[in-house]
Amino acid sequence: MAVITPTRSVRAKHPAPSRRAGIKSLYPYFLIGPAAILTLVFLVYPVGSVFYYSLQHSNVTQPWNDGFAGLDNFIAMGADPLFWRSLAFTGQWVAVEVGLQFIFGLALALLINKTFIGRGIARALVFSPWAVSGILTTTIWILIYNPSTGIGRYFADIGIGEYGVSLLSGSGTTFWAVVLAEMWKGIPFFAILILADLQSVSLELYESADVDGAGTIRKFVSITWPHIRQAIIIATLLRAVWEFNNVDLLYTLTGGGPASSTTTLPLYVAQTAIHDRDFGYGSALTVVAFLILTFFSLVYLRITKSKEDDK
Amino acid sequence: MTSLLPTAPLTPVQPEAASKQAPRPLSALKKRERRTDRILTYAPLTLFLIFTLVPFYWMLLFAFRPAGSTSLVPWPITFDHFATVWNGSGFGIYFQNSLFVAGMSLLTSTVIALLGGYALARFRFRGKTLFLVAMLCTQFVPGAMMLIPLFEIFNAVGLTNNLWSLIISDTVFHLPLSLILMAGFIRNVPMELEEAAWVDGCTRIRAFRLVVLPLLKPGIVAVGSFAFISAWNNFLFAIMFMSSQSRFTVPVGLSYLLGEFGADFGALAAGGVVAIVPVVLLFAYVQKFLVQGLSAGAVKG
Repeated sequence: MAVITPTRSVRAKHPAPSRRAGIKSLYPYFLIGPAAILTLVFLVYPVGSVFYYSLQHSNVTQPWNDGFAGLDNFIAMGADPLFWRSLAFTGQWVAVEVGLQFIFGLALALLINKTFIGRGIARALVFSPWAVSGILTTTIWILIYNPSTGIGRYFADIGIGEYGVSLLSGSGTTFWAVVLAEMWKGIPFFAILILADLQSVSLELYESADVDGAGTIRKFVSITWPHIRQAIIIATLLRAVWEFNNVDLLYTLTGGGPASSTTTLPLYVAQTAIHDRDFGYGSALTVVAFLILTFFSLVYLRITKSKEDDK
Repeated sequence: MTSLLPTAPLTPVQPEAASKQAPRPLSALKKRERRTDRILTYAPLTLFLIFTLVPFYWMLLFAFRPAGSTSLVPWPITFDHFATVWNGSGFGIYFQNSLFVAGMSLLTSTVIALLGGYALARFRFRGKTLFLVAMLCTQFVPGAMMLIPLFEIFNAVGLTNNLWSLIISDTVFHLPLSLILMAGFIRNVPMELEEAAWVDGCTRIRAFRLVVLPLLKPGIVAVGSFAFISAWNNFLFAIMFMSSQSRFTVPVGLSYLLGEFGADFGALAAGGVVAIVPVVLLFAYVQKFLVQGLSAGAVKG
C-alpha cells in the first residue's frame, strides 16, 4: 500500500474544472473553515498565551508581583531541583514505556497476523485495553495492587511474597507497578498500528521466499521489517509524545509520589499551574517541555530518515 | 512470463507448476512442524490473553461479589455495589452527561472531519501545509497546560460548568487525528468515481453525497467512534471545567470514588464497570474497521 499512496496523492491534485474557477478556488477554504477556526481559537490562541505568560510574573498567590518578567522564569528553572528531577524521570518513563510497549506490541501484532482458529475474538480481546481511559486504568490497577484484597494477598496465600505489601508506595516497586499498568493500556496501540501495516504485506513475497528456502527469521528481516519500518517510526514517535504529555494515569495512580519520584514534567507543570497557581512559571515549564519534545522529534525523524536514504 | 521468452514458449510454465505441486502431501516432518508452529502461536497468545483479561476480571470480581468476600469467583452474585454508585454516588446522572458529551463530540467531529478531510484529500490550496503543521505542533503541548487559557475562553463566553465546553474541547483536541484519518479514507475512494458523476451532470456536493459518502462508511465509523471513545474517556477537562455535581461525567465520578479515604472497592469497581461497558463494546465492534482503515494507508497520508 505504501507504494500506491504517492500515485493517489498525485490524483488528488486534479485541477478543478475551469468554469467559475474564481469561486471554486475558494471551496477548500470553506471546507477547512470550521476546523481552522476551532483550531485557531481553542488550540493556537491558548498555546500562544502560554508562550506570552512564560515571560510574565503571574502568580495568583502573589498578585503584587505581576508584570513583565523577561527570562526570570527560565532562569529560576536552573536552580529548581524538582524541575531537573521531573525532567530525568520523564526521560526514563518515556524510554521504558515506549521501549517495552513496542517490543510486546510487535510480538502481539506478529502473533495476531497469523491465521489460527479464534483469531477474530482473540484480536478483539487483546486490543480492548486500548479503549480504556487513564482513570479507569488507575481504578483497575488500584484494585489489583491494594494491600488488603489485591492480587498480592492471593499470591501470599500460596506462599509467594508477603501479606499487606503496598506495591504503589514502596520506593523500589512503585515505578515498575506503574510501568506495568501503563503497558497494559499501551501495548494494543502498537499492536494495532503494526498489524494494520503487516496486513498490507503482499503474501506472494513470503511465498517466493519459501520457494527460495528462507527461514522464519530471514523472512522477518528481509521482508517484514523493511515493510513495517515506516509505520514503526511513526508509531513510536506518536506514542513517545503521548507518554510524555499524558498525565491522567500518573496523576490518579500515584499522584506523582512517593516523594515526587514519579512526577513527569507535564505533571509538575499541572501541579505548578493549577495547584500552586503560579501560571508564569508553569507556562515557562511548558515552553521548555514543548521545545524539548520538538527537538527530540526532529532529531528522531532525521536519524530515521537518513537511515532510509542510505539504502 | 512466456511472452518474455519467445524462444522457449513451452518450457518455463511447467517446472513452476511442478514445484508448486510438490509440497502438497503432508509428510510426518511437515506435521510435526505444523504442531510446533501451533504451540508457538497459542502459548504466547495465551500469556497475552491472561495479561489482558485478568485485570478486567479483577474489576468484575470486585463489582459483583458481596462486600467483605475474598472469594475468587463473584458468587453469591450481588448488584448492591451498582445500586450504590448508580443512585448513591450519582453515576446515573454522570452516565447521561457522559453519553451526551461523547455523542455530540462524535457528531461534531465527524461533520468537521468530513468537510476538512475532503479539502485535504481532494484540493491543493495555499496554506495547506501551514495548516497541517500548526495542527501537529499543538499536539506537542501538554493538555494540562491548555487548561487555564481554555478556562479563560470558556469563562468569557459563559460556557464554564456547561457540557458544551467539554464537547468543544474534546472535538478540538481530537481534530488533528480525525482530519488526517478522514482525509486518508477519502483519498482511498477513487477520484474517477466522482469525476464520472460530474460528467453525468452531478454537482460536486451531489456527487459527494451519492458516490463518496456510501463508500466512506468504514471511515465514518472509525472517526466517529474514536471521537466518542476519547470524549467518553476525557478526565482532565471534565474535572477542571465542571464545578457542580449535576454536570460531572463518569471519569470525574470515578476520581471522586478513588479520592475517598479508605475507598469502597466494591463501589469503585462497579463505577469502573459502568465506565467501561460502552467503550469496550463499541471498540470490539469497530476495531476491524480501525485496522482496515490504517492498513489502507490512512496513517501515511
